[in-house]
Amino acid sequence: MAQLKRIPGTNQPAATLDRRDAVPALIERPTDWLVVAGLAGTAQELCAMTDDGPNVFGLGGAMGAGPMMALGLALSQPNRKVLGITGDGELLMNVGALAAIALQCPPNLKLVCVDNGHYGETGNQDSHTGLGVALDRVAAGFGIPTVHTINTMAEIEEGKRILAAPGLAFILLRVKDGPALKKPRSLRPHVVRDRFRAALLGEK
Amino acid sequence: MTTQDGPAWAHAMYDALRAQGVTQIAYVPDAGHRVMIDRSLADPEVHSIPLTTEEEGVALLAGADLGGARGVLLMQSSGVGNCINMLSLTNGARFPLLTIVSMRGDFGEGNPWQFPMGKATQAVLEAMGVIVLRAEAPDDVLPTIQAASTMAFQSGEAVAVLLSQRLLGAKKF
Repeated sequence: MAQLKRIPGTNQPAATLDRRDAVPALIERPTDWLVVAGLAGTAQELCAMTDDGPNVFGLGGAMGAGPMMALGLALSQPNRKVLGITGDGELLMNVGALAAIALQCPPNLKLVCVDNGHYGETGNQDSHTGLGVALDRVAAGFGIPTVHTINTMAEIEEGKRILAAPGLAFILLRVKDGPALKKPRSLRPHVVRDRFRAALLGEK
Repeated sequence: MTTQDGPAWAHAMYDALRAQGVTQIAYVPDAGHRVMIDRSLADPEVHSIPLTTEEEGVALLAGADLGGARGVLLMQSSGVGNCINMLSLTNGARFPLLTIVSMRGDFGEGNPWQFPMGKATQAVLEAMGVIVLRAEAPDDVLPTIQAASTMAFQSGEAVAVLLSQRLLGAKKF
């Protein structure tokens, strides 16, 4: 069987963090944010961390939508903190979104990529990042002004400081392969949209 | 150019969308949308948002709706093909969508590369649940845009307005 080879010259350290610890450690108060979470791991864990809260729009399809949805939300709610959190696979599917986001540069938007190096929902195939593609360098190249990479629990502290400060930022949270936090959540997108708007806008 | 250049119908379209409360204008550049793009860039009350691919705009407008804002997506008909799976977000979550599509591969087209997507544009939009309206002449544009924005923003539908090459003029090859 053919094997995919690691891209020559790439040498990220092995990922050691467990996302079930690292994501809640980085996003300490998830209900403080308006959140768009990409399919599937990040949507599961942000919904689990908020008990399927109305401040989270978690995707269950439309792969690649997450970062741009977060941009539209951030531009429409300049006085709220907006978090776009997604995995490496979803970010890669529409990676040009980072260019569109960098150009708008909304100071209330933070992007977090939980990078497990795998396509976790589809059979755990290696993703491009697992074979050497460095999304932190990609984000910096697109012009995101603040980029931070987390490989250890100690590096989460700087991530928390960046999340608390104004300004567009991209955080690459490198985690090992493994399950995300998970609780039952609504997979009916129109229900999730309506409750998000009701909570935020008071819409009946 | 000044913001007064270009056809009157294009300026009327911009003014009508602004009167409807549109504040996010997203686009992949196209000659047919030149006035809309230039007006948005000159408008301090509007976010003018260049995209790298059209499907980004579908997702962007969904996010705008979550935050209570209205937007419009401008693209060429070739970009409609890039949006198909992303329209499952619009359709499934019942996000309003207003997109204005400048046609290629229809009336008088001289570049054969444009025909496959030009012929498929209306069918693929309708297959994904998008209502399609057409403007063929300058006098069609304003009433069609007003109708489409009511259907999108008041009724919550996904609506595309196709601007025909009969209106825009076919590019010369």
